[in-house]
Amino acid sequence: MTDTLQAVTRITEKRGRDRSSLISVLQDVHAAYNYLPEDSLEIVSRQLDLPLSAVYGVATFFKAFSFTPRGRHVTSVCLGTACHVRGGAPVAAEFERRLGIRTGDTSIDGEFTLETVNCLGCCAIGPVVVMDGKYRGHVQIRDVGSLIEESGGRLR
Amino acid sequence: MIEKVATGRIRSAADFETAKSAAIARTGKLKRWISVCGGTSCSASEARLLKESLEASISKHRLGKKVGLRRTGCHGFCEHGPLVILSPEGICYEKVKPEDVPEIIEQTVINHNVIERLLYVDPETGEKIEQESEIPFYKRQTRTLLAGNKLIDCTQIDDYIALGGYEALVKVLTTMSPEDVIAEVKNAGLRGRGGAGFPTATKWELCRSQPGDTKYVICNADEGDPGAYMDRSVLEGNPHSVLEGMIIGAFAMGAHEGHVYVRLEYPLAVENLGIAIERARERGLLGADILGAGFDFDVKICRGSGAFVCGEETALIASIEGRRGMPRPRPPYPVQSGLWGKPTNINNVETWANVPVIIRQGADEYAKIGVEKSKGTKIFSLVGHINNTGLVEVPMGITLREIIEDIGGGIPGGKKFKAVQTGGPSGGCIPAQHLDLAVDYESLVEAGSMMGSGGMIVMDETTCMVDVAHYFLSFTQGESCGECTPCRIGTRQMVEILAKIKGGEGVPEDLVRLEELAHTIKATSLCGLGQTAPNPVLTTLRYFRDEYEAHVNEKRCPALTCTDLVSFEITDKCVGCQICIDECTVGAITGDHKQVHVIDQVKCMRCGTCHAVCPPKVAAVAKNSPVKVMVS
Repeated sequence: MTDTLQAVTRITEKRGRDRSSLISVLQDVHAAYNYLPEDSLEIVSRQLDLPLSAVYGVATFFKAFSFTPRGRHVTSVCLGTACHVRGGAPVAAEFERRLGIRTGDTSIDGEFTLETVNCLGCCAIGPVVVMDGKYRGHVQIRDVGSLIEESGGRLR
Repeated sequence: MIEKVATGRIRSAADFETAKSAAIARTGKLKRWISVCGGTSCSASEARLLKESLEASISKHRLGKKVGLRRTGCHGFCEHGPLVILSPEGICYEKVKPEDVPEIIEQTVINHNVIERLLYVDPETGEKIEQESEIPFYKRQTRTLLAGNKLIDCTQIDDYIALGGYEALVKVLTTMSPEDVIAEVKNAGLRGRGGAGFPTATKWELCRSQPGDTKYVICNADEGDPGAYMDRSVLEGNPHSVLEGMIIGAFAMGAHEGHVYVRLEYPLAVENLGIAIERARERGLLGADILGAGFDFDVKICRGSGAFVCGEETALIASIEGRRGMPRPRPPYPVQSGLWGKPTNINNVETWANVPVIIRQGADEYAKIGVEKSKGTKIFSLVGHINNTGLVEVPMGITLREIIEDIGGGIPGGKKFKAVQTGGPSGGCIPAQHLDLAVDYESLVEAGSMMGSGGMIVMDETTCMVDVAHYFLSFTQGESCGECTPCRIGTRQMVEILAKIKGGEGVPEDLVRLEELAHTIKATSLCGLGQTAPNPVLTTLRYFRDEYEAHVNEKRCPALTCTDLVSFEITDKCVGCQICIDECTVGAITGDHKQVHVIDQVKCMRCGTCHAVCPPKVAAVAKNSPVKVMVS
């Protein structure tokens, strides 16, 4: 039994093997690997007795699922309305410029992933950036360089 | 035996009374309680460390038997977080840091002295305010649903019971018929808090009258509107109020299974709700034979996966069933054929939380708050360019001006109010001339916006309305599921035209085309997402047409926001301090010490950093529109 098979089997046993479990199964697989490995989707398809197309259909529909591994340092820039009117978009653009990647992408060396999110619900401290799970409030363009440095990630 | 009932399974109304007395005795036993706000803004500002530090200090001073500590849900006054409330006095300390903890314990808890520097200062009078209830932000609200947030640690079901929680459920299961419950909700005039404002009792009646034994109730907690976090705060801070509402609703409709669909970005809500469900099951308030009254009901949590459209009821149902979250045409409505083809009633978090209040107070008492067609209170998240960012709960019918100026404390930095956006991406921007508009379902729709779930984003004069319209349209376009053509293709067309206008490439016909597209998309889209997506464009065109025209005809952004239409220039007021040279992230500024600096317009990204860092007394950086490109 491969590692993936073992891991996915544990998840489907816990969540149940009918169609209504599909999304929570995929969520758990995603949580375990930080993305959805190709072979895991095939295993889910077999164990839940669903066509692979149905599994892919659901997995590609929802934004939470990624098909490529995410970087070691994940940055999320909030672009909710409150952060937008307080200047969130230029902050996201500065991250793109400094990291050399587009929003949604991971750097080739797997060091950084840059994402945006549509509101984290902490509008009082906007513009908000979450770096490796740590919230940073009132972020300005000129803070971006030092935030990247603090993350400990290495820029190519 | 009494001890057992006090903490164990509650099997009857009499048991409940015993349990309630025990809960009150337990929370009342301690002379002092310290509540640390655990809402997202406060948590982001390290409220977690604060609680650990308080715990350590309490045990260091051996105060464990006198002082209780709660990490609660959001208190609402997010701008001033992390907040710490000390009862019984109701002292409110703001912006508390872990290093303030020893002083709080030694000064306030042991020696009963108030620490002046941690108090809120009223910006109008300069006065320090000790009591939380006296702070203008709170004083002018009507806190019913949020009242419990600062008193409840959601891991402790007793905190909720001690405040009268689950009393409504006992009343329903022991003294009321399902028809009575529906009549009570109808008389209270409760309307859906998720946005559209459909009368709740009508939906319940329809669901009850459907044939068959299997019915479902769903709580829609897929709060996706950017800038709105009311539902999250209720779910995180007072999850039992939502559960109690759902149990009562399920009893009224004859449902035995409920689902709560929670947005992916709200892990704490999932965690707190999960704990609440466990506690309610242990006490016999969920599960088989609730309160020994022969009624069975249980609840499951379903986590969303990051699709805004799943807030639409048919898409939400598809997602629970494990399918792509795409809406389908209605009828049949979910109440006829919903989850797994069975009659299903969906209400929003805040709607469910209102139900126990109605039963406890009685419909007549409840209906005293609000205006003719909109009863009760509504929670708004007041955000954007506003002094007091936070959650406000106000009676329906209050004016926008009261919310923004009196509760919100107005616009920061002496700037002018421009517009307030309500209703999220489906709503619209309301300008200054409508500030005295009453906040109720009908008035907001008349003004071109809508109640929505309760996001209220305040914008000052530096906000460009074309940019705001582009922002919302880009959002809905990105969230369009792609099923129906008007929404999939129409919103993209609109975004492209708006981007063109923002970039200074717009032509007068674009405004006509925008309006045409907007009306077509509204009339022909399959679900609410598409039908309301053009609203931000239509309201900004209605109230701020001159701003669109300035972009199109004069290639000028009056609010100096659209980067393609602004430029920065250093005037001869420059004293040559070189701060902007150091801060410019692209090295576009040059100049010697004590010499007027110059911006290279080709390198400049127009980010505005130089404008922001130039010392206010110098103010040498000018922001211009139309573009003045200096050719060297």
